[in-house]
Amino acid sequence: MKILAIDSSAQVASAAVVTEQGCLAEYTVNHKKTHSQTLLPMIDEILRMTENEGSDIDAIAIAAGPGSFTGLRIGAATVKGLAMVWDVPVIPVSTVAALACNVAGTPDVVCPLMDARRSQVYTGLYGFQASTLVEYSAAECVGIAAVIDKVNAIGRKTVFLGDADLFADTLAKSVTVPYETAPFHLAKQRAAAVGWLGLSLYREGNYVSAEEFAPTYLRISQAEREREERLTKS
Amino acid sequence: MTASIRGEPASEARPEFMKGTYILAIESSCDETAAAVVRNGREVLSNVISSQIDLHTLYGGVVPEIASRKHIEKINPVITEALKKANMTLAEMDAVAVTYGPGLVGSLLVGVAEAKAIAYAAKKPLIGVHHIEGHVSANYISHPDLEPPFLCLVVSGGHTHIVEVEDYGTYRIIGRTHDDAAGEAFDKIARAIGLGYPGGPKVDALARQGNPEAIAFPRAHIEDRPYDFSFSGLKSAVLNYLNIEKMKSRDAALRGTGADAADAQMGGAAHSGVPTGGDSEGTEACPDTFSDGLTKADLAASFQEAVVDVLATRTVAAAKAFGFKTVAIAGGVASNSALRRRMTDVGEANGMRVVYPEPILCTDNAAMIGSAAYYEFLRGNVADLTLNAVPGLKLGER
Repeated sequence: MKILAIDSSAQVASAAVVTEQGCLAEYTVNHKKTHSQTLLPMIDEILRMTENEGSDIDAIAIAAGPGSFTGLRIGAATVKGLAMVWDVPVIPVSTVAALACNVAGTPDVVCPLMDARRSQVYTGLYGFQASTLVEYSAAECVGIAAVIDKVNAIGRKTVFLGDADLFADTLAKSVTVPYETAPFHLAKQRAAAVGWLGLSLYREGNYVSAEEFAPTYLRISQAEREREERLTKS
Repeated sequence: MTASIRGEPASEARPEFMKGTYILAIESSCDETAAAVVRNGREVLSNVISSQIDLHTLYGGVVPEIASRKHIEKINPVITEALKKANMTLAEMDAVAVTYGPGLVGSLLVGVAEAKAIAYAAKKPLIGVHHIEGHVSANYISHPDLEPPFLCLVVSGGHTHIVEVEDYGTYRIIGRTHDDAAGEAFDKIARAIGLGYPGGPKVDALARQGNPEAIAFPRAHIEDRPYDFSFSGLKSAVLNYLNIEKMKSRDAALRGTGADAADAQMGGAAHSGVPTGGDSEGTEACPDTFSDGLTKADLAASFQEAVVDVLATRTVAAAKAFGFKTVAIAGGVASNSALRRRMTDVGEANGMRVVYPEPILCTDNAAMIGSAAYYEFLRGNVADLTLNAVPGLKLGER
């Protein structure tokens, strides 16, 4: 089983080719948000480097969200085009769950934090049992204080990753359990982790067709939000 | 990274009767998701358009984030349907084309990322197309004998240009708007008189029942720029007329003597069963009749007359000055019935041939992108894997 894995949900753009035996290639760039220009050349590069043709790929795993709306859509449209032509299934992978898998195997609670602007984060709470991901709290878009409350309530040592550096002061002030922030090589989005989680999701039958796949935004558009607010008021 | 989508055209493998260049074209620059298969730039084998108008009507205009989300949902089914309707496969295409600007960046990105992935995976050449060049090229589909050079009036929600089409893919702008695009003016006035979004077709329909000479709205001339346009003064004049009417009817209602006028303002339109707002945000309530005895249809007709008049006379004047015998219209506003009639009348009076695409090719569609792409393809303008969306792409830029 050979999976092409992609994450373009934040500033990082990452692509990987993985099998059950391991990661054949990973190409990760954390530079500027130019995914529209860089993502497909990166995919082309790792396929050529690993001597793979499109026809060798059995499925595509994609960081489906939450994350930057535009970033998610560049990844989604790329995957929908590739999967349509190659006629392979798409495995939607939660971006925050995939982030947690960067530290797969840790006995601690894992808390990915992705800056969602408007004083909110995309987050979730995870752990590992015998190297299998366990979800303590599903992916959501909430204020940082709400996440910290949940972490404190669990009462166990926690590893923060993602954009944890942006919230360092708040974490230091409010987290009452022992915690660490992941080092930089584990902190950010990695397509190999998307592929690793994608392999087990595929085995469980959690995949869709290219046509069915759509990003998971976890947040409605500003126009819809403002309209709902107006309607509630009046 | 030197990867490019050179790919292999499929034409070699085809039987004799199918010879030709087949292009799969994709368009997602605003609020229509569209795909088409076009042969030799002129023959439309399929032209599938998924419109989002109903969604955006709620907001009185296109909401970029909602449009982008809808594009992602619709793009694969639309492409599949375009191939199916053409009774062809992706393998039989010679190239994949996509609009890469101008337009809404989020919307453009969906089409661009998808088209790049398809071209890459299917090993086909990729062609990036300018949206407005697509609109101009819609005329090649509707008029198989049309060839450059000719003069083209490009009128849409975002553009009002008089363009010299010197050759396929070679354009020179000789007139442009200094403020609102013509289509934008239609949308704004439609909102102000309670018609809602999209304004163009609604104003066109209402204007048919009105007198275009009822109100003499201003025509703006720009000094030393005889082929340029300005519609902001016209828009203000219409809004001003409406404001004065509002004040008059309010005064009348306060005095308690102007029952008719007050009724017209408060609920005249509602009595006639015409929705006057509430269905669409940003849309104003507007009476059907005014204190001077004129109707809303008269207002719409007079506004439209002012727009159509300057568009037609300036385009034909430009054609005369630059020696063109053929004048084309392109863009969403090219489906306006009054504009088509007036351009034909003024053009023919000056010995010119006036052409415009059928209405389905005036709206945003992918067939026109497939037409423009064919001529780019012949010139060897093939894009690579780094093709990006360019929301402010200038006409003629490559």
